[in-house]
Amino acid sequence: MKTIEKDVLVIGGGSAGMAAAAEIRERNHSVAIVERDNILGGILNQCIHNGFGLHRFKEELTGPEYAERYAEIIEASDMEVFTGTTVTEIEKRDEGKTVYAYSARHGMLVFQVKAVVLAMGCRERNRGNIGTPGTRPAGVYTAGLAQRLVNMEGLMPGSKCVIVGSGDIGLIMARRMSWVGADVKAVVEIQPYPAGLTRNIVQCLNDFNIPLHLSHVVSKIHGKDRVEGIDITPLRDGIEVTEETFHIECDTLLLSVGLIPDNEIARKAGIDINRETNGPLVDSSLMTSVEGIFACGNVLHVHDLVDYVSEESHRCGAFVSDYLEHQSETKQFKMVSGSNLKYVIPNQFRADRDNHFYMRSLIVRNHAELVLTLDGKELGRKKLRHIQPSEMISFTLKEKDLDKAALDDNSTLEISLVG
Amino acid sequence: MTKELICISCPIGCHLEVTQKGDEITVRNNKCSRGEIYGKEELLAPKRVVTATCPVKSDLMLRIPVKTTEAIPVELINRLLEELYKREVSAPVRRGDIILENFMDSGIDVVSTKTLSG
Repeated sequence: MKTIEKDVLVIGGGSAGMAAAAEIRERNHSVAIVERDNILGGILNQCIHNGFGLHRFKEELTGPEYAERYAEIIEASDMEVFTGTTVTEIEKRDEGKTVYAYSARHGMLVFQVKAVVLAMGCRERNRGNIGTPGTRPAGVYTAGLAQRLVNMEGLMPGSKCVIVGSGDIGLIMARRMSWVGADVKAVVEIQPYPAGLTRNIVQCLNDFNIPLHLSHVVSKIHGKDRVEGIDITPLRDGIEVTEETFHIECDTLLLSVGLIPDNEIARKAGIDINRETNGPLVDSSLMTSVEGIFACGNVLHVHDLVDYVSEESHRCGAFVSDYLEHQSETKQFKMVSGSNLKYVIPNQFRADRDNHFYMRSLIVRNHAELVLTLDGKELGRKKLRHIQPSEMISFTLKEKDLDKAALDDNSTLEISLVG
Repeated sequence: MTKELICISCPIGCHLEVTQKGDEITVRNNKCSRGEIYGKEELLAPKRVVTATCPVKSDLMLRIPVKTTEAIPVELINRLLEELYKREVSAPVRRGDIILENFMDSGIDVVSTKTLSG
């Protein structure tokens, strides 16, 4: 057993963990990173396609290139990185936290730290989450697992596939499977509109003449040992039109049906979970309900662009540093999401600095407005050109735009969307 | 002849209107200059950036990710992929190292997108 003392332990060496750690080290606090995989980078390592970094680096990078820009900062510093290491538990102490981790190389590791950053990312929703009827043969994969098999292990999940879900991961996998020689028969989407970016519809489906069935569901999986085919049924007004069901022969089904923050460790540590995001509830400094434990990236809420993950995690690193320097003992006020929004993060704000919010729309519109109200009185509006549930909205409330005289202890800020 | 195309140069995805009159091609509805270039190229000779992985000899990884330095003509993509899947790379490799040079005289290289020390 080895004991390591640091100011901060960052759990997860993906885009969130690396950005938070870099920021904390920049502020001269000692940091260690624990990463389950053999290398830093997290999910970016399997996202070998390009399109990352347009906001953050003003150029188009592939996932591994984006990850490496951060990994180089980490490696150039004196930070300790424990790869191939899994955290099992966070224990609260009177002063700080004890974190237990295990690795083949070091055996059991015990970290004694003042603060912890949760940056474990998310997991994929699977067949059980969407309740697809039929037999239970081999050949049903989540899209991210298939992506890892193809891009990192060099394995083929199957030769004739159908993809469920038209989010960007599903679309990117349609192209990847075509490029590795599989026959992609169709993409099936339950919503009446595609969930992914238009450019991905063009370059991942249209380029390969892959049909996209909108307002359709997979109504049955056939096959005993291996998938042999699936039934697809159209929806009309949300109801399955069973007489129009058709069959597609295939040996593989890839599911791209959403992501859930990976919060097993957070739950065990007694952290309160936000029911809308499935991530921890956080205050304006991205600190969870347990003092000294912070969260950022996809473990907090699922982002659509890694650029936003980095942005949020740098901010989180700065908040952790403030906490260590005892700068965060300021009054916080309540922040809630109003009409047409699924959630807003964080759920508190401060009056003595700018506040950055991320939110997700419940509606698809071409012109909409964000409306900000403080205790029922309108504070401001922001025009948005296009909104849809799959595209995160970010908004910054400037300190100077907040009327501090109007704030009392029970003040509530509400943000909503009008279409 | 007028064709409607969706620009893939960035995530905005402008709906372009590309018109060809004799030798002259005009692009409308583009929000930036990249849209004009994309519209013209897509009409005459479509190109795509290709990313893939090659087998690599290393203790850390089984495959090394690679990309074309520029978009390549779509008719070359299948031949390029075939070539890349066969090509075994050995570590050390640095990000940006050339894996395949001037593919079929296109002037386009394939480079590694990851650094692998050992």
